[in-house]
Amino acid sequence: MSQEQILSSDGIPLEESLKKAERKNKLKAFFLVGPLLLFLLITFVFPIGDMLFRSVDDRMITKMLPNTFKALETWDGEELPSEEVYKAFYDDFYPLAMAKKSGKLYQRLNYEKSGFSSGLKKTNRKIKKFEKANYKEQFMKTHKIWRKVEYWTALKNTAPNWSYAKYLKGLDLKFDEDRNIVQQDEDRRIHKILWMRTLNVAFWVTVFCFILAYPISHLLATLPMKYSNLLMICVLLPFWTSLLVRTSSWMVLLQQQGPVNDLIVWLGLAADDNRPELMYNVIGTFVAMTQILLPFMVLPLYSVMKTISPSLMRAGKSLGGTPLISFIKIYFPLTIPGIGAGCLLVFILAIGYYITPALVGGASGSLISNTIAYHMKSSLDWAFASALGTMLLVGVLAIYWVYNKLVGIDNIKLG
Amino acid sequence: MANDHFVRFENVDKSYDGKQLVVKGLNLDIEEGEFVTMLGPSGSGKTTCLMMLAGFETPTNGQIYLDNKVISDIPPHKRGIGMVFQNYALFPHMTVYENLAFPLRVRKIPKDEADKKVDKALSMVSLQGFEARMPMQLSGGQQQRVAVARSLVFDPQLVLMDEPLGALDKNLRESMQYEIKHIHESIGVTVVYVTHDQTEALTMSNRIAVFNDGKVQQLSSPDELYERPVNSFVAEFIGENNTFAGEVTDVSGDKCKVKLNSGTEILANPIVAKSKGEKTTVSLRPERALIDPDTKMDNNHKGKIEEVIYHGDHTRLRVDLLGNKDFILKVPNSSNRMDIKEGREINIGWNSIDCRALDPK
Repeated sequence: MSQEQILSSDGIPLEESLKKAERKNKLKAFFLVGPLLLFLLITFVFPIGDMLFRSVDDRMITKMLPNTFKALETWDGEELPSEEVYKAFYDDFYPLAMAKKSGKLYQRLNYEKSGFSSGLKKTNRKIKKFEKANYKEQFMKTHKIWRKVEYWTALKNTAPNWSYAKYLKGLDLKFDEDRNIVQQDEDRRIHKILWMRTLNVAFWVTVFCFILAYPISHLLATLPMKYSNLLMICVLLPFWTSLLVRTSSWMVLLQQQGPVNDLIVWLGLAADDNRPELMYNVIGTFVAMTQILLPFMVLPLYSVMKTISPSLMRAGKSLGGTPLISFIKIYFPLTIPGIGAGCLLVFILAIGYYITPALVGGASGSLISNTIAYHMKSSLDWAFASALGTMLLVGVLAIYWVYNKLVGIDNIKLG
Repeated sequence: MANDHFVRFENVDKSYDGKQLVVKGLNLDIEEGEFVTMLGPSGSGKTTCLMMLAGFETPTNGQIYLDNKVISDIPPHKRGIGMVFQNYALFPHMTVYENLAFPLRVRKIPKDEADKKVDKALSMVSLQGFEARMPMQLSGGQQQRVAVARSLVFDPQLVLMDEPLGALDKNLRESMQYEIKHIHESIGVTVVYVTHDQTEALTMSNRIAVFNDGKVQQLSSPDELYERPVNSFVAEFIGENNTFAGEVTDVSGDKCKVKLNSGTEILANPIVAKSKGEKTTVSLRPERALIDPDTKMDNNHKGKIEEVIYHGDHTRLRVDLLGNKDFILKVPNSSNRMDIKEGREINIGWNSIDCRALDPK
């Protein structure tokens, strides 16, 4: 079936002339959003890409010991490798030792199997005096790690350029010598607790925010303009105040000699010499985070409630529904898009919250983001920090996906 | 207090701010099965009255009776009054079926019985087969019908309608007017209808209450209201109206002499202005004045045609008559009056009985 091509009045196919007419507008639009695209690329796409890359990048060791890994390719792993392998390792390690650049190698290999660090350090000292023959014998004499097959297996295991070991570590898992995934030793399982605590805090903060924000938003949406503006300012004023200032003021309020504790003692809920600890634990994190994240719940709820015509509730009542039934059957279902938006926003913000738990959380109230910061700043294990960050990102995306399946992202209303 | 009226407003006042009365000493009786329209300009208090009857506003003073019971203390959901709102107020998250079933479900009516009632209500507004649609998928007229069906589905004694046709276009509005009128006739429910559109009120109602300034100006049947308005506001508000301002100079029986500001004296029907010396506004419907009348009429004056406006089925003349430059005349198109031209002088006659001397504006 042939369809006649539609031409515009000057004989050019319609489709083409439409494209031509639109091109200029499209170019204009592109130039307008160009700076934003560039900004996003530099501040968002690139850092996240870099983070993903770092979390799996394991090429350092391959670069430092290129000859060794080449020689190890043919090694069967049953018994100690041949003289060639030891020679290749000498060729790689000698220049590193001379240039005093072998430090990173100890750390990386010791993470793979403990014992490497001391073995390599001793080798580092002795290697200068090695004769240029019989490398295997000399190495085996230097330290016991060179006499054991497991260490060579561990070394060979680091050969792949990409590794997801950091992700396993984030889940308290690790590789054993045979590359099986096993649980971390019991005393080193700390991350699971942190993940659970983070999810727990984010969940409850979301719940508290919802319970507090729903009536406030309803009031905001139904009060006459005069009062609702004032109330809106009360909601937004803390929002405009620095996060640090708000968190610090919570520290003032919640400390052991602070006003909240004074009130508790005055009410007789606690003895003066046995004041409850409201800060440097999970309670402090809960209280401060709920207050700080409240506007993020109020605003989407308010914007949705504002659009619900008061005549709907009246219709519900005139049709015989009690105020409660009318609320449950009519008002509440109509606010679900706002609830969804608010909860999603608060939960996602809470799950990656940093400053507040760092300041008022103490040890038992610190969250996964604090651990990420620790690995960024103190332990300098950027790969691990990146892996944790990526896991957080994936978690957030997963929540978003579930939300989309349950409520539908089109139903979301942020204001 | 016992009385025989179905709905009764007794000295009802309403004020929102404590400074201004929106409804002033309102008295209004509505009989069972009636279709009563509250008609008036915006801000005249008609919607407030409806809201007080529905229970969403409380009277500041006075009582409202429904079926001989004081209803001030009954919350809206127990009054059993159906209501159609200005913007339909259909529940947007429920299907048409769920919307209609809502009042039945809250009354705990068993499902099969509820299904029957929903079906009946939908067939009343000829919307069978639309049960599964969402309100947003319906046109304005269809939403309107659903709203009407929903207000009737639980067999209320009384249905209130608050400018329900305001958002529809002209043609749809007219056909809906007939539809609502027919529904009212077929099921005999009492309807209180609020509108600011006089044609709507005249078409549909048994009786019309004209509201202005928080008071009922006149409560009577549509023809009574049009033919015999009791004051200048009603005369002005309902239909077209020609007025002359003047002063009563003589009263004799059912006629009075009014001296107009232009100096001419005309004969009029004393309705409000009944004694000599009273200031008055004389009101005359355009179709009651004839050009070159065949029969003898007790008012006959010459006027000059200022403007001719063609209206299809009739022609409208603006005439300078007795100092009123905006005197309107309607000439049916069937007549052989094609000689009507601007600037011509014509003879205009009317009977004093149609010319009502009302209160001065």
